[in-house]
Amino acid sequence: MSANPDLLSRRLLIVTGKGGVGKSTVSAGLALLAADQGKRVLVVEVDAKGNLTDFFEHHPVGFAPVEVYRGVHVLRMDTEASLREYLRIHLRVPMMGRIGPVARAFDFVANAAPGVKEILTIGKIAHEVRESMRGNAPWDIVIVDAAATGHIVAQLGAAETMREFVGVGPVRSQTQWMIDLLSDPAITALNFVATPEEMPVNETIELVARVRQELSVPLGAVLVNRVLPELFTRGDEEIFEALREPAAAGALAGEVGEGATAVLEGARLAVTLRRTRATHLQRLRDDVDLPLLYLPYLFVRTHGMRVTRMVAEGLSAELGL
Amino acid sequence: MSRDGRTPAIAESTLDKLLATKEIVVFAGSGGVGKTSAAAATAAAAAANLGGKVLVLTVDPARRLADALGVDGIGNVERRIPPEKFKEAGIEPRGELWAAMLDTKQAWDALVLQHTPDEATAYRILENPLYHNITSRFVQSHDYIAMERLYELHQTGKYDLIIIDTPPTRNALDFLEAPKRMADFFGGRLLRWLTAPYRAGQGRGARVFEVAAKPFYQVADRILGGQFLHDIGEFFFNFQTMYDGFVERALAVERLLHDHRTTFAVVSTLEAAPLREAQVFCMELADRGFHLGAIVLNKALPDYFLDEGARTAAGLLAEQPEPPATALSSIGVTALAEVDATARVLRTLGESFQNFEVVAKRETELRTQLAVTAEVVTRIPYFEVDIYDLGGLTRMGSHLFNTTEGEGA
Repeated sequence: MSANPDLLSRRLLIVTGKGGVGKSTVSAGLALLAADQGKRVLVVEVDAKGNLTDFFEHHPVGFAPVEVYRGVHVLRMDTEASLREYLRIHLRVPMMGRIGPVARAFDFVANAAPGVKEILTIGKIAHEVRESMRGNAPWDIVIVDAAATGHIVAQLGAAETMREFVGVGPVRSQTQWMIDLLSDPAITALNFVATPEEMPVNETIELVARVRQELSVPLGAVLVNRVLPELFTRGDEEIFEALREPAAAGALAGEVGEGATAVLEGARLAVTLRRTRATHLQRLRDDVDLPLLYLPYLFVRTHGMRVTRMVAEGLSAELGL
Repeated sequence: MSRDGRTPAIAESTLDKLLATKEIVVFAGSGGVGKTSAAAATAAAAAANLGGKVLVLTVDPARRLADALGVDGIGNVERRIPPEKFKEAGIEPRGELWAAMLDTKQAWDALVLQHTPDEATAYRILENPLYHNITSRFVQSHDYIAMERLYELHQTGKYDLIIIDTPPTRNALDFLEAPKRMADFFGGRLLRWLTAPYRAGQGRGARVFEVAAKPFYQVADRILGGQFLHDIGEFFFNFQTMYDGFVERALAVERLLHDHRTTFAVVSTLEAAPLREAQVFCMELADRGFHLGAIVLNKALPDYFLDEGARTAAGLLAEQPEPPATALSSIGVTALAEVDATARVLRTLGESFQNFEVVAKRETELRTQLAVTAEVVTRIPYFEVDIYDLGGLTRMGSHLFNTTEGEGA
């Protein structure tokens, strides 16, 4: 499928993926692209390694949103702070402040009780989206650098889980609007980042199937990161193969020096890597019925803003903007 | 081996000696660095090269080890990888390779059955609707159960070497603290608080609510509802019966991790974020008195990308491919007869090399910045093809050993 997923028209973009595939890079790139389009963006960093702000060359931030780049605010999820905010807003329970034992008890319950930690996370996200739709928060779009593949279903399904476990009480009545918001295809899209390697592709295929089965969250796109360039056309590949034959390789070394061997070897590595990855890409295309967006492997020395800019440009091209 | 005349920032060596003197190697690192494969490869190569009985225990719920080993359905019980699998790959193993995968739920159930005073209590716990939920997320229970299982397997005395892969956690340090946290938890006031409503429901004693717990319950009641708290209370009330056995065990597990027979291998790719995490992890290990045996740098680009001669050649090809293309057109190879086409390919070769050179340089810089030392720093090269089978794993692992066989296919 190559239909343009029109991601930036949504209010809430959730970005998940296996560890190490570049979830934060892609989230940052999406945020920058949206900001370039004149949108006011909130990025929520959930799986807190706390390095999302690196992509904007900004120091780490906390639970209060901070503008890290023109039009891009970032907040880092903190379930305890989220609980306090919730209590303050919905139950009018005064801040529990630093009363150690009580705060710890809540931390404990948040850990122990099913879905509490998750609901505090997804609840905060949904809250920001709802407030922005009501004009009480300045965001046009909320982008979530979400939990890795292993945790995302629990997180997004927290509202449903909560309803099952907690029979009555204010929390239950607080969950329906979240479910509505998270299930609305005009508002929400869950996106997957994968690299064209075996395990990331496997996990993406499994996760897409599982999400479809267990959740009502609308799906956006698969963002395929680190796609290696195709070096040669079929005809050129024949020339390349001919160059690797001893006679030609020797002649080439005579022209440009002994280093020619390594150059040929390096190209062979690039061709093989590309080929191996192509089979995984094909599986992704075959087994996942979602738009695929491709982001090139970046041969750059640094990271930071420059990379974020390159990712945003890649996304822009793929989204036809 | 000469590394193109350059002196690597950190002397690189192999794992032979380390694996020959340790009984447990804990593989740690952030997600996506190839920790599971590295652990499996090390185990396979250890079984092949060192001999003895080598067990690899994976705790990853994504069951990647099964994939990598090409063996489906490895369960909680350890199983020997058939020696034929090695033979098929053309390897004559000196020892035996065993594998097990951690099934968290199953392991928790076994633990409950072992530590509860009677079966009735055990089943009250196992059947509590909150049990699964709580054990699957509470106090890093994956981490705890992994370490607990490691202890148990080590206790059997069946294995010469146990290699354990660690769960993908947000914080790689969690599992180090898991045993202690488990012990602390059982002794803590929180548990008393949480069991209070249950004890009240049982009608034991009039003043079960501690004064300090009151604000907690007032708030918790409003948020979660009384029944929910009661369920939690009942669960922990029964859970508490396991106290003594549990704490004792948790402390024994912790001792084992500190034991001189145990070492840690920290895996990372040569990328900024994973490497930074690896570095923090190494320092934390040292702070806590754990033994850092090795740093394994995975998916490293080959050294020839940093070769000076290759760099010159690539530069010439990228800038001026026509002269060599012209020369090649006259060596009598049909495919190279057309100068323009050959020049196009040569330019691409040069540019592609330059691209990878940038990445290789970045990797070298990052490696230089790695300001921690382990007894062993070793590299696994970037494998062009995926590792599907035991042969591949063993070849991958052999890069960690002082053997010359098997460059990556």
